[in-house]
Amino acid sequence: MSTAAAPARRARGRVWGPRVVLLGPGTAWWLVFFLVPVGVLIAYSFFSRGPYGGVIYEPTLKNYVRAFDPLYIGVLWTSVRIATIATATSLLLAYPAALFIARASSRWRVPLLVLVILPFWTSFLIRTYAWMLLLNPAGLINKVLMGIGVIDEPLPLLYNEFAVTLGLVYAYLPLMVLPIYASLERLGPQASEAAADLYATPVQTLRKVTIPLTLPGIVAGCIFVFVPSLGNFIVPDLLGGGQTVMIGNVIQQQFLTARDWPFGAVLAMSVIVLMFLVLAVQAQVLRRTQEVEHGRPA
Amino acid sequence: MSVAVIVLAACGSDDGGETPPAASDGGTTEPVDISGTTLTISNWDAYMPKSVVKDFEAETGVTVEYAIHTTNEDIMGKLTAANGTGFDLVFVSGPFVQALNGLGYAAEIDQSQIPNITNLDTEATELAYDPGNTHSVPYTWGTTGICYRTDLVPQTPSTWEAFHTPEPDTEGKMTMLGTDRWLLQPALLSLGYSVNTTDPGEIDEAKAWTMEAKENLLAFDDTTFYAKLVSGEASLVQAWDGWCEYGRADEPKIDFVIPDEGSDLWTDTMVVMESSENKAAAYAFIDYILRPEVGKSIVEYTLYKMPNAEVMAAVSPKVIQDFPTLAITPTELFEQEAQTDLGEEGTILWTEAATEIKA
Repeated sequence: MSTAAAPARRARGRVWGPRVVLLGPGTAWWLVFFLVPVGVLIAYSFFSRGPYGGVIYEPTLKNYVRAFDPLYIGVLWTSVRIATIATATSLLLAYPAALFIARASSRWRVPLLVLVILPFWTSFLIRTYAWMLLLNPAGLINKVLMGIGVIDEPLPLLYNEFAVTLGLVYAYLPLMVLPIYASLERLGPQASEAAADLYATPVQTLRKVTIPLTLPGIVAGCIFVFVPSLGNFIVPDLLGGGQTVMIGNVIQQQFLTARDWPFGAVLAMSVIVLMFLVLAVQAQVLRRTQEVEHGRPA
Repeated sequence: MSVAVIVLAACGSDDGGETPPAASDGGTTEPVDISGTTLTISNWDAYMPKSVVKDFEAETGVTVEYAIHTTNEDIMGKLTAANGTGFDLVFVSGPFVQALNGLGYAAEIDQSQIPNITNLDTEATELAYDPGNTHSVPYTWGTTGICYRTDLVPQTPSTWEAFHTPEPDTEGKMTMLGTDRWLLQPALLSLGYSVNTTDPGEIDEAKAWTMEAKENLLAFDDTTFYAKLVSGEASLVQAWDGWCEYGRADEPKIDFVIPDEGSDLWTDTMVVMESSENKAAAYAFIDYILRPEVGKSIVEYTLYKMPNAEVMAAVSPKVIQDFPTLAITPTELFEQEAQTDLGEEGTILWTEAATEIKA
């Protein structure tokens, strides 16, 4: 550092202590549990499987070539499709719910939010098994529908893509509600009041004021739902009856059943690349929202 | 058995320490003092009554660190990541003995330290994955067959074709095992091929057969198929013999058949790790497991057969009557084909076929 800027340096220097304390643990965590594993993954992806599993350290690109097999592209496409449908469905369900909570009287907001996160108090696996009990041909939903005469024979609710999508929506819905609620809360009622004063109808207010200004929350929620949906392998396994394969299942299969870590690493990389694309879209949306908020010269 | 034995605590005899610690009947050859040492074992969950470990500790003074793996693949992953260290004794299925041996992780078994090894059936010393038991000692064994509801399926399903060309009553009410090794097996057996084939043409044919069968299935299921039979959600499933018995424990109208084309012979084994610094205790534990009264408590708890004539003779006739797959003889089992490791190319072909079938 330049000695000429001594006073300024001292001022900055004083901040270093708290900075290390505040950022240190997070950075260390990130380095050890994110950057190092991803580094290992990238390294493995260029090696090959040994005859009995394990990794042989001879550089090769064959895993990458294999990943472009239509089989795996197809699985990746299915995963993106299911994750997208799950995200869109969550958004449609979560936005009105978040709006309702944000507009509720302050006395009710906390209890309502607790209800949103209540499912997290039980193991994800148990909740997924519970859906199997609800959806199976002899399960509660089919029994009730048949009992009241709506249907004559059980609907195929379980072991298909519908069940997988439902399971994902159910699992990650709270992760959509919370960020949208947070941005609605931050927005406050003033903007919609102003819109109403300017004779906007409630629908116009929602469409032209509330939704655009809560876009950061919407995008954050979409990422919170899309990312874990894309990599999920428990829901397709249990609710899909092993008949709907998502990329998470293939990665799990490569690492465990096939003991082919290098190829599993390549498939895992493909998911990471997809995530980066999604995050790039998010950054783009956020930048545009900020421009709107700070008022671009018209 | 590549899948965890997770949910059997309710079945069989309870594990409330009913096995009296008895003196070793084989006599110890090496008077190595193992008391005060620690033995680290990894086994499937609930694949052994807790009393077995407790009584072994009481008798020998060894402290047992008992870890649990959910699948063969799980423990293989742990061992590969740690370069074969961290455990003294692991429980894995036959083909994984070959893998552990190939990776140099499995120790050569010093049979002189396991006097009770003579209790093993002769068939159990000639298993294809490890002839002569040089790197593993069999723990339990069994086969895979068709488990079905006698009240829901009109005639006994006698061939694997039951999944491929189902009776109207069973269509859409069947499950098959989803793990690669068992997924292709009904097809391979039905087509007359080896359950260890690595021939691309044969695997392709088996894949096509299985994809056709998939249309008739309720689901691929490795863990809850017997519960689906009990609830009536499924009426006919591909099942391991012992797991079929868990269903029979709750619903007596469940029966098990080995189809006419035959099946596989799977063996779960005990493997001493080359990296172990306490092999003496590992041998002592294996020897303890092979004792008739200890083995009896394991069989009555897990409802799986042990390849050990002395053990099977000790099992209560009532238990065998209630769970008839325990009466399948070593000769019958030995007629089935033992699963062996598929090698690198074979594994890739099998895994790709499995992905394609399920996708």
